[in-house]
Amino acid sequence: MVEHVAEVGKSVGEKVKDMILHHITNGWDWELPSSEWATPVHLDPDMWRFELIGIDINLSISRHVIMMIIAAGLLVLMGLLVRRKVALIPKGFASVVEGFVLFIRNEIAIPTMGEQASRKYTSFLCTTFFFILTCNLLGLVPYGSTATGNISVTAGLAFMAFLTIQFAGMRKMGFFGYFGHLVPHGVPWWLAPVMVIVELLGIFAKPFALCVRLFANMTAGHVVMLSLIGLIFVMGAAISPVTVGFGIFMYVLEIFVAFLQAYIFTMLTSLFIGLLVATEH
Amino acid sequence: MLAHLAAGIGAGLAVIGGAYGIGRIAEGAMHGTARQPSASGDIRTSMIIAAALIEGVTLFAEVVCILMALK
Repeated sequence: MVEHVAEVGKSVGEKVKDMILHHITNGWDWELPSSEWATPVHLDPDMWRFELIGIDINLSISRHVIMMIIAAGLLVLMGLLVRRKVALIPKGFASVVEGFVLFIRNEIAIPTMGEQASRKYTSFLCTTFFFILTCNLLGLVPYGSTATGNISVTAGLAFMAFLTIQFAGMRKMGFFGYFGHLVPHGVPWWLAPVMVIVELLGIFAKPFALCVRLFANMTAGHVVMLSLIGLIFVMGAAISPVTVGFGIFMYVLEIFVAFLQAYIFTMLTSLFIGLLVATEH
Repeated sequence: MLAHLAAGIGAGLAVIGGAYGIGRIAEGAMHGTARQPSASGDIRTSMIIAAALIEGVTLFAEVVCILMALK
């Protein structure tokens, strides 16, 4: 950590702040374990960078992109390993995966969306859940960084959820019937314009909340952990037992938060789809 | 310098609101589980969902504070 911020002339506090920012934000060095603690693989920030209508778009492979590729590769590997063992009573690793998928179908999809819709949307919910979970947990292993701690990644996930929610609503109610749904039944006529505005804001606010919630939870955990370790540099080695103990507690809490945030994202997406797809009583 | 002060005060205030809300949820969950222990599974699930939603709002404020402190 100290070698990252080896500039002289900076105070210890500034170096700790640089270290924290380096570990949280996206960058173009990917550190691999080696004999010298960590060698960075320097990636090219200009690989796929172009301008589109005046906006500078940079699609080059950075650290978080590599983490997402690793997560996707792990999920494909999981699918391939489980493929042959799908049976009435699966054995081994397949039973773990089946436990998760059944949990998503029975506890998340069916209570919120009903039986029929859950058959269409369970695969999307499983993809979301496993991808977010894998990205969160990859941020906790050494030499890994949290892809979901990047607001662009969570914005992309929330955008996919937004598209699925609107698509589900429009498929169920027809393209124009969906906009008729914005005003619920039994609302007096003079209240309808306000309701339309409120519902329109809600359509955009709910996926935005999903995005910021996931981003903030992942980043906050890492900031606390890194601040605790940086505290050792600021205050000397005497404080290290307390700091490391509290850091271990925060680490376990972060594992819990990783699972919880994946569950909450999936559950809220399913809830929003279910609100639009629910059959009238 | 004022930005750092504001960020610190803002983060503290946000935590007050969030912790109070989550404490109220936990109190309600304890009461509900005490009245009917067989419903403890459903109550636990609802408690976790509500707590995560409140924590989401609290962390909005924390993100704003971080942005203020880093500018």
